[in-house]
Amino acid sequence: MRYTVGIDLGSTTTKAVVLGDDGTILGRGITNSRSNYDVACQVALGEALINARFSLIDGELARSGLAADLRARQLARLERGFRAEQYRSQLRVLARELRHFLARLLTKPKGLGKSVDHIVDSMEAEVDDLYAEGARRKSDFFRDLAGSRYLALAEAEARATGVGFDTLAGLFDKAILDVENSPEAAGRFEDHARAALAGIPEVDERLPAAVDRVATLQLEQIGSVGTGYGRQRLPFPEGQIRSEILCHGLGAHAMFPGTRTVLDIGGQDTKAIQVDDQGIVTSFQMNDRCAAGCGRYLGYIADEMSLGLHELGPIASLSTSPVRINSTCTVFAGAELRERLSLGEKREDILAGLHRAIILRAMSLLARSGGVKDEFTFTGGVAKNPAAVTALQGLLAENYGELTVNISDDSIYTGALGAALFALRTTGVRS
Amino acid sequence: MTTRQTATPVDVQKDASQVRQKAMIARHFDRLAAAPDTGEKTVYTFVPGNLTELLLSFDILPVLPEINALQSAMRGKSAEYISVAEKLGHSEDVCTYVKSDIGMLKSGNIGPTGQRLPNPDVLLLSYTGCFTFMKWFELLREEYDCPVAMLHVPYQADGRVTESMRRYVVDQLRQKVIPVLEQATGRAYDEDRLRECLARSAEAEDDLVWVLQSARHTPSPIDAYFGAVYYVGPIFSSFRGTPDAVAYYRELRAEIAERIRLGQGPVTPDGDLETERFRIVVEGPPNWTSFRQFWKMFVDEGAVAVASTYAKVGGVYDTGFRHDPSHPLESLADYCLGCYTNLSLPSRIDLLTRYVKEYSADGFLINSVKSCNSFSAGQLHILREVEARSGRPGGFIESDLVDPRYFSAANIKNRLESYFQMLEQKRPGGAA
Repeated sequence: MRYTVGIDLGSTTTKAVVLGDDGTILGRGITNSRSNYDVACQVALGEALINARFSLIDGELARSGLAADLRARQLARLERGFRAEQYRSQLRVLARELRHFLARLLTKPKGLGKSVDHIVDSMEAEVDDLYAEGARRKSDFFRDLAGSRYLALAEAEARATGVGFDTLAGLFDKAILDVENSPEAAGRFEDHARAALAGIPEVDERLPAAVDRVATLQLEQIGSVGTGYGRQRLPFPEGQIRSEILCHGLGAHAMFPGTRTVLDIGGQDTKAIQVDDQGIVTSFQMNDRCAAGCGRYLGYIADEMSLGLHELGPIASLSTSPVRINSTCTVFAGAELRERLSLGEKREDILAGLHRAIILRAMSLLARSGGVKDEFTFTGGVAKNPAAVTALQGLLAENYGELTVNISDDSIYTGALGAALFALRTTGVRS
Repeated sequence: MTTRQTATPVDVQKDASQVRQKAMIARHFDRLAAAPDTGEKTVYTFVPGNLTELLLSFDILPVLPEINALQSAMRGKSAEYISVAEKLGHSEDVCTYVKSDIGMLKSGNIGPTGQRLPNPDVLLLSYTGCFTFMKWFELLREEYDCPVAMLHVPYQADGRVTESMRRYVVDQLRQKVIPVLEQATGRAYDEDRLRECLARSAEAEDDLVWVLQSARHTPSPIDAYFGAVYYVGPIFSSFRGTPDAVAYYRELRAEIAERIRLGQGPVTPDGDLETERFRIVVEGPPNWTSFRQFWKMFVDEGAVAVASTYAKVGGVYDTGFRHDPSHPLESLADYCLGCYTNLSLPSRIDLLTRYVKEYSADGFLINSVKSCNSFSAGQLHILREVEARSGRPGGFIESDLVDPRYFSAANIKNRLESYFQMLEQKRPGGAA
């Protein structure tokens, strides 16, 4: 089966979208960006292809006549099992790397090896619970997921045994790099899918058949386009690289054809883009030099508050009286946050003020790019943040009246989708 | 789609005109350096609205602080000079030309050629639209114990020069400027000498206009922004009205005529540009601290500036103005009144729109200068208006004149690439 892929290498995450010959989205993949761009692209593409295979399995089951609700349950079970197997596979490599770096330590504090073994064993024992039905995970990235568990267990281990927490944390910091950059750690679709199948107690017979067919299906890449902040170092020929401005414009148009204005708030830049009725960019503005008010700012705030990035928006949404905050400087944000807290301001009110400050900055860019036209599409990672969305909707209505505001659940993939569409055009399969 | 190529890296041979210009500049700075010994008089003055012919008629040597500032940036010295000025209390937002100049002055006043610049005998402030000039000269006045002459040029708010505006400037020339120059040099105003200089100016101006308008050819034989920086050098600085300038522009014109005959594109730092992919009109000065890097971002995309307003800051000649020896002071007044810096926003919009059309440009680009409040204000309005009137897409980038902290290469490259890809996509049958 032939596919084209668009890869958006952002400063925080790398996204991939895989399209079939007819332009339908087969799969989406995301991973955290890392210093090795090639690996980030490979992992994102690998994830998108996994997602594509799940879509194909779903299609097979639908064609076989399996009822929609049963199909959804079976697939969800299969995917949870698959992810658990994938996590185990990465955990095995992590354990190996931890022991490797442990062996290289010049001085080994007494009990350190035992503590590492204990932590790894505990993490392995937790896998089923982590992927149990209804379980909530703070992130889908192995680094975040395994990291938070490892550090929590290391802290407990350090308290209980007197082994230095810093030593344990240092081992993880070294080992995780090799796990992230190892294709072996991610494993093979076929292996994980079969292992996951074996763990489903009442499996419909059509599911293993569909898994068999899809797992062995050859996926042939016929076109690729890279975009995003790191696009100059993407492992693509130069002719297959597009500006993220163009990709976000086309991606937003593909998601919502009525789009005329696009706002993308990414990790370190914010883009205001105007597009025509074909998704062709007619003008744009982006932040200059300073990344104040971009996604990283929220990441920094989350770190300051010891929260997960995804928790910020829901907490801010509880605010009844947002604090007025003017500074969106990432460096000053921590100081402002602490000062506000010391003044007795509520956490949710401060966070709501911070979200509004970000959006105010984006409004300035929108104005400079030519204003906001109907329909308006909000893309990028920050579009998933409910407090940012609320602030944006309020300011849009205040400044530009009532408009259609489009936000897709897959907004983070907009740039990658645009890139994939450019890739598809270059193949000549479909214009 | 993006095909990087275009300039063939070769050992770039300097054209005869370049060699001539270099020698002219070297001689000028030698004279300046020797002035304390030879007794030659010097004046500090500005590029827009410069009265070079009048100064020449008094045999007084000009020093141009803006040129020194941009030269300091190109030599990698401006960061240090700006830091010196900031230590003296000049804020981060002050015009960086001013801070570079003040810093240079406080660091020994070593000019672009590595020689010490003489103290001025006169400060001649031609005010042509940049409010900062006045403050700059207030600072210089504090430094030097010398007479100051100020020429106030009325702003062309209505887009035209009236007889009363012209008379107002001429009266100042007669009553304020000339007496100060006479006093400083001990010479009487010699109108015949001034006429001779003005006649030479007009001759050189004819050739300069021909060179700049050669960009109407496809491919353009010149880059009218980056390349034009060198072309306008003599006429915008100390040489307008000199036989040297006449010879330089005659030679340059012949070289460009030859490029047209051979179908050659512009000279770039990497050699000749082989393929012209985009024809661009540019508004705003270049960034000087990363001049070559900035230029290369255009070269890599096959983008050629076919017209720029920066090449008009020292005089707008392509609308027909020439210095006129038969009306010497009136002609100087018209020159000052018509400087690009003295034009209103609607006039700037008219000029840019005209350039986009006359030079068959694919689009136009604004490089907005962070520390230049006078000219950056209104540029987004210009962008929208020129887009609407020309039907060509505008692009917007931001940098600074001579403060390296405000040139973010990755960001500017990102915007430029996006802009050029946008142009490509908008072409009929544009790239996928």
